[in-house]
This record gives sequence, structure tokens and C-alpha cells, in this order.
Amino acid sequence: MSVESLRLVSEGAARRRLSVTAALVVLVVLLALTSLGIGPVRLSPLAVIDALFGGGTDVQQIIVREIRLPRTILGLAIGAILGLSGAALQGLLRNPLASPSLFGAPQSAAFGAVLVISLGLADVRSYALPVAAIAMAFASVFVLLSIAGRNAGLLILILAGLAISSLAGAMTALVMNLSSNPFVVLEIAFWLLGSLEDRSFRHVMLALPFIAAGAIILMSQRNAFRALTLGEETAQSLGVDVGRLRLLVITGVALGVGGAVAVTGTIGFIGLVAPHLMRPLIGHDPSRLLVPSALTGAALLLAADIAVRIIPSTSDIKVGVLTSIIGVPFFLYLIMRERRALGGGVA
Amino acid sequence: MNGNALLIAQGLNVTLGGRAVLNDISLSLSSGHLVALVGPNGAGKTTLLRALAGLLPSQGEIYVGGDALSSLSLRERARRFAYLPQGHVVHWPLPARDIVALGRYPHGATDPARLSPKDAEAVTRAMQATDVMEFSERRVTELSDGERSRVALARVLAVEAPVMLADEPTASLDPRYQIDVMTNLRNAADGGVLVIVVTALLGLAARFADTVLVLSEGRLVSQGAPAEALSEQVMRDVFRISAYRAEHQHEAVIVPWAGI
Repeated sequence: MSVESLRLVSEGAARRRLSVTAALVVLVVLLALTSLGIGPVRLSPLAVIDALFGGGTDVQQIIVREIRLPRTILGLAIGAILGLSGAALQGLLRNPLASPSLFGAPQSAAFGAVLVISLGLADVRSYALPVAAIAMAFASVFVLLSIAGRNAGLLILILAGLAISSLAGAMTALVMNLSSNPFVVLEIAFWLLGSLEDRSFRHVMLALPFIAAGAIILMSQRNAFRALTLGEETAQSLGVDVGRLRLLVITGVALGVGGAVAVTGTIGFIGLVAPHLMRPLIGHDPSRLLVPSALTGAALLLAADIAVRIIPSTSDIKVGVLTSIIGVPFFLYLIMRERRALGGGVA
Repeated sequence: MNGNALLIAQGLNVTLGGRAVLNDISLSLSSGHLVALVGPNGAGKTTLLRALAGLLPSQGEIYVGGDALSSLSLRERARRFAYLPQGHVVHWPLPARDIVALGRYPHGATDPARLSPKDAEAVTRAMQATDVMEFSERRVTELSDGERSRVALARVLAVEAPVMLADEPTASLDPRYQIDVMTNLRNAADGGVLVIVVTALLGLAARFADTVLVLSEGRLVSQGAPAEALSEQVMRDVFRISAYRAEHQHEAVIVPWAGI
């Protein structure tokens, strides 16, 4: 086989990845248009596009551009950063069960946000909220990776993640417990469930800069994940600064997840599920999974947010509840599949 | 040997978890040599290999190609040392070709789908040398131990570094693959690379190496041509064995024979 033919083979794989990515982009656009069209007033995709670009009636314009557009943008951006964070963590730890929610990052971020709210330091529209959420998300992932050490076994990661999310949950409960205002408690409780409802462009502006920064940091490190396939020591022998990479990934995930949680509450399991859906189509290369996982995450959250608006129920189902109801059985399925590795305690 | 030495270590000490693992190691090795690093279990062979590559902190001086190791960036170190750890760990089922292409990572080729002609040639050369072209697109996790070890070897060959460090590359391989791997390392050395290979197989060391370094309890206790370095006294004092010694086709034959 010559150099020429070696290149041809990889071009076939590249074309496949490109078509999968293109199909995902189309899917996300369609879901975004559906998300803009769905609600008490149903609009066709054409009417939505018309209203987006200043056509249609004034009412249609307000519905699409001011009520539903922020919700859709947040769904898209947050789904994407959750998918990206999951893929990045799985790449960093060489472990298909890694994800922000299993590591307690969203729960810790929520604790940070709840603490700020209940202390009266900020209302739900201030930058103090995402900053507190990001700080707690950073702390949780940092502590987790410190406990796990260099060549983290699966069991240690999951147990430490369980401990951290339980602690974050308990601390959140404590804050609510000590809160004197029952209305605030109720509001926090609902907010914790995770929802994209009634979000405005203020919320978008609150979350988007952090999400974008997190995404840029994670994407900038993408090729290092491939080198990590050979383990940390070998990656280092290839010139990857593993310590720095860890810190950057933790920062990227914390910025993204913290920013997301600050405006929507906890939405779990998208980061776990998205990379898994992509592996059969894209392959196992952790570097190539990042963008498709982000797109899949966006599609999943948009679809879930459309579903909660369609499913008939007496009161609104929160999208975070829905993603967990679907995500947890999926997690159980993964545990079953990875049973052998788990039994051995190593990845 | 000092005049044109490629890799020099002076007074190398490594302490791990409060225990002195390497004691005052000094060595000077030239390019184009195949050096076998041998010693009983726990002698510090792997630690020495890691320390030489700068993968763990050590006291003392290491020079490679005239430069102090500590003055080199991580990437520059990666270009000078190709490091093959024991066990050929691969966490994701990537195609063999992508694993080999990781050998070009230190040269800035971080994406195997976009290799420059120079990088693609290096990858192809390495894959041809280890005869892994036929399973280029197969996932490494689906390959046999022998095939996987050849892919791992191709990965370090593809770095085309002046120094190659291989930790037990023949472990758990059948005799044919052991000889194939050692022949590959021998060819690399004949091509001008300084190859340092850790091995537990004294017979292979004697057969293929130019120089044997004997490590015992963190100290370098003997070095030289195989028959000298692995003298009867060293076999007795360090390895606590006697050995059958002979010569075949101008190479030393050393067969561990009985415990003492």
C-alpha cells in the first residue's frame, strides 16, 4: 500500500463524518424551527421564518422573536455545551461513563446559585448567579479529579461523583431548609428541576458568554484527547502537558455547565448520552466526537423542550425532569454494558 | 564514548514515595546503538527509562544531543525521545493507522486525517517496517497481542526520534514476535537511532544488544558488551542464577540455567 492509498482510505472516513455532521446540523435547525413554532399559538415553520425576519403579524413577531427565540437559543446552546462537556470529560478520563451530571457538576453549580439567591446577594438576573454556579462547578470537578488521581478507575470516579452530587444536594437542601421565606423555597425548588420556560434575552446574555468561553476552551484542546487514548504517561511523552490539559478541561466544563445551570437549573444526562449516540456513527476517536456530540446535545435538549410542551399534563413538566427520566435508564443500560470493567474497578 | 555521546546522565537520583529508586546513575550512550537495560524485578529499570525521557522528576543532569533535558520544552522532548511504555494501553478502539499517526503528534501533526506528505511518509515507513499495513484500518482492540505490539512499535518508530525508549516490548509475545520486535529495534539502531530497551529476557539482550546495562537495587552495577556485562559473576550476584554461555554466529548466547 502506498502513501497515496493510505490517504484515500481516511478520506472515506472523513466523508462519512462530514455527512453525519451535516445531517445533525439540519436536524438541529429543524428542531429549532419547531421549537419556535410550538406553544399555545402554533406556527408553521414557514410562518416562523417569516416572523423571524420581520414578516407576519406583530403578534407573531413578538411570540417568535421575544418569547420563543430566547428559549430556543438557550436550548440549543445549553444542549450543545452539555454534549460537548460530556464528550470532553469522557476524552480526558478515557471513560465512556464520565459526564458532568455523574460528577455532580450541575448539582454543585445549582448549590452555588441557590446560595447566592437565598443570601439575597443577587436576583435571578444578575451575573453573580452564573459566577457562583461556575465557581461551584469548578470546585466539584476539581475535587473529583483530585480524589480520582492520575489513572482514575471507573469505580472511584463514580463513587466520588456520587459523594459530591449528594453533598451538593444536601447543601442545597440545607439552604432551602434554613430559608425563612416559603415562596423563595418553592421558587428555588422549581428552578432546580431545570426548565427553559419564560426565559428572556437577559438570560441569554447571562449564560451565553460563559458557554461560548467554555466551548472555545474545550474545542482548543480537542486533539490532545486523541493522544490521551494511549494513557496519560504516553500522552505526556508525545508532548501533551497533561496537568494543564486537566485544568483547562475542568475550567471549560465549569464555565459551560455553570453558565447553563445559572439560567436553567439542573438539566442532566445530556452530556452522558450524546457521545454514546455518536460513537456508532463517528467512531471512537475522542477528538472527532466533540462537535457531533455538541450537535446531538443541542438536538436532544431542543427535542426534550419541545416534548414538554406537547405532552399533555395538568401542570408543566420541567425539561430537566424529562432528561433525567430518559437519561437515568440509559445510564443503567451503560452500567450493564460496562459491567465487566466496573467489576474490575478499572476502566 | 563521551565525545559523540547522544544521551548523558550524571548523578541521576529518583525518589518515589520516600524511597530511593535510583541511586547515582551515570551513563553515556551514543547513537546507532541498541542498549539493553536488564536487572531483577524492582531494580528500577522502568523508572530509569521514565527519568531519561523526563516523564518523572529526578535529581541530577540529563543531556540529550548536547542540551540539558530540563531546558527543553515538552514538545521538544517528545521529538527527541520516542517512548513505548509496557502493556500497549489503548483506551479507545481507534484504527491502527490513527494510533501509528500519533507518533507524529510531537511534530505538530495532531490530526491523523490531515497529515502532511512528510508525516504520511513517516507513518507509512513505520507501518511497513513493522508489517502492519494490512490491518491499517482495523481497530487496535480487535488485534491479537502480537499484532498490537507491532502497531505500538510502529507508533514509536513513526516519531523518528534520535532516542527510542522501549519498556518490555516483548512481554507476553511468542518467540517469533519477540524476535520480530527485537529485529525492528536492531534495524532502528542500525539506522542511527539510540535504542534503549528494557527486557527481562537475557537471551534476547545478549543476542541483539550492542551494550547491556545491568541495574540492581537502583544502581548501575555492570555495563559493556553483552558477554562482559552479563559475566558469570553478575549472573550470580545480581540475578542469583547460573547460565549456559556460548557463541553462535558471532553473537553471545546466554541461557539462564539454574538458580543459585
